[in-house]
Amino acid sequence: MGARLPAILKDAGLTAFVAAALGIFIVGFRTIDIGSTRGLSFDYEFVDLAIAVATVFLGRLGLQLAAAGQRLPAIALGVILFVVGVSPLKMPSTFLHWFVALGGVALILRGMWPWAQAAIGSAGASPRGVALKQAGTKWFGWALLGGAVLMPFSPMADQKTMDLGVLILTYVMLGWGLNIVVGLAGLLDLGYVAFYAVGAYAYALLSTQHGMGFWAVLPVAGMIAALFGVLLGFPVLRLRGDYLAIVTMGFGEIIRLVLLNWVDLTNGPAGIGSIPGPTFFGATFTERAPAGGQTFSEMMGIPFSSNHRLIFLYYLILALALVTHLFTQRMRRLPVGRAWEALREDETACQALGINPTNTKLTAFAVGAMFAGFAGCFFAAKQRFISPESFVFIESAIILAIVVLGGMGSQIGVVLASILLIGMPEWFRDLGNYRMLAFGLAMVLIMVYRPRGLVAHREPSVRLHPADPGGGR
Amino acid sequence: MSHPLIEVEHLTMRFGGLLAVDDVSFAAWPGQITAVIGPNGAGKTTLYNCITGFYKPTVGRLTLREGDRTWLLERMLGFEIGQKARVARTFQNIRLFGGMTVLENLLVAQHNKLMRASGWSLLGLAGVRGFREAEAAAIELARGWLERIGLVADADRPAGELPYGAQRRLEIARAMCTEPRLLCLDEPAAGLNPRESAELNQLLTSIRDRDGVGVLLIEHDMSVVMSISDRVVVLDYGRKIADGDPAQVRRDPAVIRAYLGAEEGVDA
Amino acid sequence: MAYFTQQLVNGLALGAIYGLIAIGYTMVYGIVGMINFAHGEVFMVGSFIALIGFMICAMAGISSAPVAILLVLLIAMSFSAVYGWAIERTAYRPLRGSFRLAPLISAIGVSIVLQNYVQLVQGARPKPHVSLVSGGFTLFTSDGFDVRVTWIQIMIVMVTVALMAGFTLVISRTALGRQQRACEQDMKMAALLGVDVNRTISLTFVIGAALAAVAGMLFMMYYGVIDFFIGFLAGIKAFTAAVLGGIGSLPGAMLGGLLIGLIEVFWAGYFSSEYKDVAAFSIMILVLIFRPTGLLGKPEIEKV
Repeated sequence: MGARLPAILKDAGLTAFVAAALGIFIVGFRTIDIGSTRGLSFDYEFVDLAIAVATVFLGRLGLQLAAAGQRLPAIALGVILFVVGVSPLKMPSTFLHWFVALGGVALILRGMWPWAQAAIGSAGASPRGVALKQAGTKWFGWALLGGAVLMPFSPMADQKTMDLGVLILTYVMLGWGLNIVVGLAGLLDLGYVAFYAVGAYAYALLSTQHGMGFWAVLPVAGMIAALFGVLLGFPVLRLRGDYLAIVTMGFGEIIRLVLLNWVDLTNGPAGIGSIPGPTFFGATFTERAPAGGQTFSEMMGIPFSSNHRLIFLYYLILALALVTHLFTQRMRRLPVGRAWEALREDETACQALGINPTNTKLTAFAVGAMFAGFAGCFFAAKQRFISPESFVFIESAIILAIVVLGGMGSQIGVVLASILLIGMPEWFRDLGNYRMLAFGLAMVLIMVYRPRGLVAHREPSVRLHPADPGGGR
Repeated sequence: MSHPLIEVEHLTMRFGGLLAVDDVSFAAWPGQITAVIGPNGAGKTTLYNCITGFYKPTVGRLTLREGDRTWLLERMLGFEIGQKARVARTFQNIRLFGGMTVLENLLVAQHNKLMRASGWSLLGLAGVRGFREAEAAAIELARGWLERIGLVADADRPAGELPYGAQRRLEIARAMCTEPRLLCLDEPAAGLNPRESAELNQLLTSIRDRDGVGVLLIEHDMSVVMSISDRVVVLDYGRKIADGDPAQVRRDPAVIRAYLGAEEGVDA
Repeated sequence: MAYFTQQLVNGLALGAIYGLIAIGYTMVYGIVGMINFAHGEVFMVGSFIALIGFMICAMAGISSAPVAILLVLLIAMSFSAVYGWAIERTAYRPLRGSFRLAPLISAIGVSIVLQNYVQLVQGARPKPHVSLVSGGFTLFTSDGFDVRVTWIQIMIVMVTVALMAGFTLVISRTALGRQQRACEQDMKMAALLGVDVNRTISLTFVIGAALAAVAGMLFMMYYGVIDFFIGFLAGIKAFTAAVLGGIGSLPGAMLGGLLIGLIEVFWAGYFSSEYKDVAAFSIMILVLIFRPTGLLGKPEIEKV
């Protein structure tokens, strides 16, 4: 160990040097506007830089120590960083507090990892552990569903929580939809938000200009989005994986630019407003019924409350998401679903087995697009105002991040990732500014350390022998 | 002898300045194992890629025949050759669907049949009985093949976890599950130990004798080639240098030259 | 005619910038077969470093424009190169041998990180900058329309030509260039023959990032304003240029860059400036569908 310490110190020093080189200009000199004159001046942020570089140095030192088997010093370093990070010590920005503290947490986790791994490994390998794991995955889904169904009746269900619930469920639905394309069929679609936009604009236009209701438009919006999926997919699905990704991204941007510039149809950047909300068997969720209509409270004979609308929206998106899930589960067990997964595994082999790759990919693309269309229709009805701003590339990236983080192809993983990526930042408002930073970082880290995502388990679509507990692996 | 299952006529494949296959003609008959041998780089795999539609031949005709029906393979798209002409193949470097289970691999091979039964997914979504029966039959077919290759117990394991030899056998079973007229095997014995190699011989002869399928076989392992093939075609530098039964080919001076220079005979 | 010539001049200058970025895409694709989605952000970071560099020069009292430009060029190239190196080292190298879409997903992550990092530390507002090089001359006048060529445009073309020449020399003459081409052909074989593959790949990223930084500096001097978001569009257009020229081909990248610059400028000049990005995206999609090998690229034969 003694002989290795200089090497470790040198390595940490080099890493800190690189960090300093990365940060010296971009972090060290903050450009700020001075008045209305066309000019900039500097805020010097060298203290920030120094703290960040020091953290990088200590962090790298700790990581290398942990890698060399010196776990206790590594954990000690982590604790020191964490304490400094959360201490009331005055640092130039809250970000630095986060940076230092999270660095410490990461180090502590890294230091404890081998123990944790050993513990999990031995627990998971025991027959009881295996049985527990199988029962766990089975019941976990039902518990989540139960929680979701009961959520509006829980005491914590205030307006904010319900809004957040609707938001998370929307992303769950989008994630499940994209999971068909990316997770099952292995097609990297970076323009998924385009189909979401198509669904949203379909409802916005058909309802405000042709007076069609939500339930009439819902299937239409899905159809139109699926049609767009087929139209785009047909020429491009022959392309190799990464080319396909870029082409779909280009398509997504084209749709957004058209929405932005075709003012006659879409009202351009100003967006479309006063979109009618969804109805419940014809009843609206307004205080006063429109001419010839009925409100929900009149129908039920209960006093009006603005919460009804929110609760209704919540159950609506929950139902839509569940439909997506059940449909996907069903498709997975059909020949076409197996062909999707086979295509993901090896396209050449599929071709040799006489499977038409283009048609198979096209169905995945169209089905995925259809669910995005449904979700878009719901989104427009919920927001009652839409503009091209809601459909930028970064939305596609967020949905992709959810699928990737969850574990491609895993349905429950999408739920967990949505809660983690959408719920957490909304909950901790402080984090709001760093949310996208964390997104990007999460994507890289997942790819590097756990490319199969949080939930890597894959349940076979069919079994020859019924699942027997204990003999699974 | 009846008419051939596949006739390769004047097949030529050119990559830029390189002639990988140069005016090769031969035929293979149903219920026979026809081996294609030759030194490395002789154009064997390129020949396969032309037959199975991965390359479009520069010149030549590939006719598959069964009864009165004929298919011109060079005019068909890659996947149509598997779907309509029912030519199945395996790959030099195994290409299983590693993340899917053994059974799923065999069901994917029956995709086209099951797609029709599921009414292009619509009837399948509705859970119609016809589809459920078709799927049960497909699983039975798969089980039959798993019994023949000795992998019934591993049916629900991911194919990628199987040992190498089992993967080789599974790939053959997967190709057979497409119920092919012609089975093209690309070095199936590569990397197998002598015992596995002997099992492979048995499997291939049973495919020929029990299933009556015509087999094309690329192989370097001469013990496999000489003991089970009915006919041997020898390629060298993209050209056919010999064609005949194993004993004939073994004595052919051109073949001996191609393999070993002038002096020795081919090792059996 | 005068209007046409003016558009031609503008298009060439813009195209040269795209070409410089496109080289980074094409080199990386050639050697590791991945789309370095974060490359556009390196260009953006390069432009910020250049902006800050110019401001420091002004404060240090360096009043001579050529000296300042040369100094900032060196600073931007070397410090952006560190970004290129660090990205490859942390986000791409561990993924060699992972599933095929992993590097692209990681690259998208890096791109999001860089964008938000710059937004966080430098603010979201556009940063104006008064260029050290201003003015120009009138090429000719016809129909009462002056065809102007600015000094910046001249400079952009000259810098680009000089870099291209130097760069071609490096690739064709030096050991590094040979190693790079060897890795492109067959990475395993190159490693067996004693080529340090990791070092070669690192250097590829470093060179690509340095060229992107030059493009970033020129872009900033040309338009006089930058923000944290410029990398996205410029990156996609440069990628389109690389694909159009034939991905993997260096002259192709430059040719593609010029074509994309010209198409964008002419489209905006003659049709509608709102749809100029739509034109660029459409070209990318059409090229990938109908001629994925681009204008100067070699077809790939898949080994089965």
